[in-house]
Amino acid sequence: MLHISTLHYMVLSAALFLLGVIGVLTRRNVVIVLMSIELILNAVNLNLVAFSHYWQGIQGPNALHGQVFAIFVITDAAAEAAVGLGILIAFFRNKETVNVDEVNLLKW
Amino acid sequence: MQPIIDYITSYLNSNKTPGAAGNFFWAFVYILLVFVGLSVAVIAMNWLERKILAHMQVRLGPMRVGPHGLLQPIADAIKLLLKEDIMPAEADGFVFWIAPFIVVLAAFTVFVVVPFGPTHAITDMNIGILFMLGVSSLSVLGIVMAGWASNSHYPLIGALRSSAQMVSYEVAMGLAVVSAILMTSLHGLGLYGAGGVGTGDTGTLSMIGIVQAQQEQGVWFVFKFFPLGLIAFFIFAIAMVAETNRAPFDLPEAESELTAGFHTEYSGFRWSLFFLAEYSAMIAVSSIAVTLWLGGWLRPFPNLLHGATWDLVFNLFPGITFLFLAALCFYSTARMPKHPYFKIQTMGLAGFGAMLGLIGLVLFIPAVFVRVQDIYWFAIKVAAFMYLYIWYRGTFPRYRFDQLMKVGWKILLPMGLGLLILTAGMGMRSELWIGVVVPLWHWVANIL
Amino acid sequence: MNPPVATPFFFYLLSGTMLIGGILVITRRNAVHSALALIAALLAQAGLYLMLYAPFVAGVQIILYAGGIMVLFLFVIMLVNLERAQKERQFNKQWLVGIAAAGALGGLFITIYTKGKGIFPDHAMPSGLEAQNTQGVGVLLYGQYMFAFEIASLLLLVAIIGAVVMAKKRI
Repeated sequence: MLHISTLHYMVLSAALFLLGVIGVLTRRNVVIVLMSIELILNAVNLNLVAFSHYWQGIQGPNALHGQVFAIFVITDAAAEAAVGLGILIAFFRNKETVNVDEVNLLKW
Repeated sequence: MQPIIDYITSYLNSNKTPGAAGNFFWAFVYILLVFVGLSVAVIAMNWLERKILAHMQVRLGPMRVGPHGLLQPIADAIKLLLKEDIMPAEADGFVFWIAPFIVVLAAFTVFVVVPFGPTHAITDMNIGILFMLGVSSLSVLGIVMAGWASNSHYPLIGALRSSAQMVSYEVAMGLAVVSAILMTSLHGLGLYGAGGVGTGDTGTLSMIGIVQAQQEQGVWFVFKFFPLGLIAFFIFAIAMVAETNRAPFDLPEAESELTAGFHTEYSGFRWSLFFLAEYSAMIAVSSIAVTLWLGGWLRPFPNLLHGATWDLVFNLFPGITFLFLAALCFYSTARMPKHPYFKIQTMGLAGFGAMLGLIGLVLFIPAVFVRVQDIYWFAIKVAAFMYLYIWYRGTFPRYRFDQLMKVGWKILLPMGLGLLILTAGMGMRSELWIGVVVPLWHWVANIL
Repeated sequence: MNPPVATPFFFYLLSGTMLIGGILVITRRNAVHSALALIAALLAQAGLYLMLYAPFVAGVQIILYAGGIMVLFLFVIMLVNLERAQKERQFNKQWLVGIAAAGALGGLFITIYTKGKGIFPDHAMPSGLEAQNTQGVGVLLYGQYMFAFEIASLLLLVAIIGAVVMAKKRI
C-alpha cells in the first residue's frame, strides 16, 4: 500500500478510464461528452508514461518510448478537441441544442 | 539543537540552489524573499508608472500624499483593502471567487525558477523555461473565468479578446524562445561561434544553464549570430508586451473601449489581486527575456573590459546606483517649497534620501558587493524592461483588435519560424556544409 | 541524486485530486464547473508525470492540455449559450445500460489486474533520470519516430483546416 509501484498507476489509469467511459455513455451535453473523452485519453497517457518509467528501469534511461507515445496522444487529443468543438458550433448554429440525443435527424 | 543549526548552515557551504540541495528551510527563506521582493517591486512599479507617465505627459503626477507622492501606493493599497466587495447578483459565485486566485497563482509560481544568480534561485528545474511558459499560460484560464463569471457583456467580450490575444502571442513567444534555446547547445565562442564538439548534446532548458551557456560562449544571446539574436529578442519583447495586456496592446482593458474589460465587475481586494498579478507577470516575462537574451546575472562587457580594475569598477555599480538615487532625493529636498506646511514632507524626503545613501555606502564594502553583484545586474536589467513598459504606455497609440491579431499571426509568427530556421542553419553551418551542400554539389557536378 | 520526497503522500494526494476531478466532470450540471474540474485533474496529472520522472511530458501537459485545449473548451462553452441546456435533464435514457457496461469493463480490469499482479515486478531505477529526459525524448522523436512526427504535424494541419471550415458561417 505504501510503496508506489506500477500497479498503482495502472489501477488509477483504469479508474479514470472508467469515469470517462461513464461520462461518454450517460451524459447528454456534447461538451461534457467531449471532456469525458479527454479524460479517457489522459488515463491512457498515464498508463503509457507509467510503463515508460517501468521500462527505464530495465532497459536503461533512454527507453522513453512511452513518453514519446504520450506526446503523440496529447497532440492527437488537441486536434480532436478542435475539430469536435468545431462540429459542435456548426451543429448548435443549426439546431440550437447541445444534447446528443436530439441529434436524430435520420430517425424515421 | 545542534542538528538544526547544522541543517541550516550546511546549505551555506554548498554551491547549489536550495531545491537542488534538498534543503527545505532555505527554500522557504528564498520563497519568502522572492515574495517580499515582488511585493516591494509591484509597489514601486505603481509609483514609478504614475510618475514617469506623468512626466512624459508634461505634468507632475501624485505629489501630495507623501513627498513627491512616495506614499501614494500605500494609500492606494489601504483604499483597495477598505473598499466594499461587490459580487454581481447573477454571477457564478465559486468561479467569480476563484478567478483572481488562479491569475495570481500563475503569476507568482513562475518565480520558482527565475535565476537571480548562479545559485540564487529557489530551484533549478531541468525544464525551467518550459515550466515558465506553461505556468504563465495558465493565467489565460483565470482571465476567461473572470470574464465569464461576471455575467455581464463587457467583461465577457473583454475576457474573450484578452485571452485570444494572449494565446496568439504565446505562439510567437514560444518560437523566439526556441530560437534562443538552440543557441545554448553550441560550443563555439564569440559572436558567430557555431557548433563544436558535442553540439546537440548539451543544450539545456534550465534557466541557470541558459545563462551559464552565455557565460561559456562569452557573448549574450542578443548579440549572437548578429542580427538573428537581436531579431529574436525583438520578437519576444513585442510578444511579451502583448502577453501581459499592456499598452499598446491593451484594448481588452482600456477604459475608453470596454470599461476595464474582464475586471470590470471586480472591486476592492479582488481587483488588487488582478493588478498584482499583472505587474508580477510583467516582471516574470521580463525575467525570461533578461535570462534568455541579456545574459541574466552577467555583467556587461566581460571580454572587452576585463581585468582587475574593470572588475572593481563594475563591482562598485550597486553602491553608485544607490548613491545616485540618494543624490536625487537630496536635490529634490533642496527644491521643496520653504513653507511650514511642507516641513514634514521635506524631512521625510531627506530621511528617505539618507536611507538610500546609507544602503549605497553599505554596498561599497567588498564583502557585501561581492555577494550582491549577480542580483544587482539581474535587477537592473529587469528594471530597464519595466521602464520600457512604461515608456511604451506613454508613447504608442493603441492597436485595434484586428490589427493586434494580424501582427501576432501574420507578422511575428512567420518571422519567428524563419528566424528558427536561420538560427539552426547558422549554428550547424559546418555540419550542413560538409553533410549536405558538398555532396549535393558533387552530385550535380557529376550529372552535368 | 536526491531521493524522491514523500512519494506515497504525493501519489495519493494527486490521484485523489484526479479522481475527484473526474467524478466532478461527469456529474456537474454547469459545463463551466466541469471544465474547471477537468483543469484541476489535468494539473494533478502533470504532477503525477513529474513523479514518474517525465518532466518534459509534464511541461507539455501543462502548456498544451491545461493551457491550450481547456482554454479552447472554455471559449466554446462561452460562445455557445448553454443556459437552456443547464435546466434540462442531464443524463440520457440509457444511463443504466451505460453504467452496467462500465461496470463490466471495470470487472474485466479487476480480473486482469488481480491475476497478473506479478508480471511487472519492481526493480531499482537508474539514477539521474530527469537530467537527460528532454534530450532523450528529442533523440527518439526526431530519430526513430520521425515519420510519426511528420504525420502528427500533417494531422494538426488537417485539424486546423477542419476546425476553421466547420466553424465558419458561410463556406
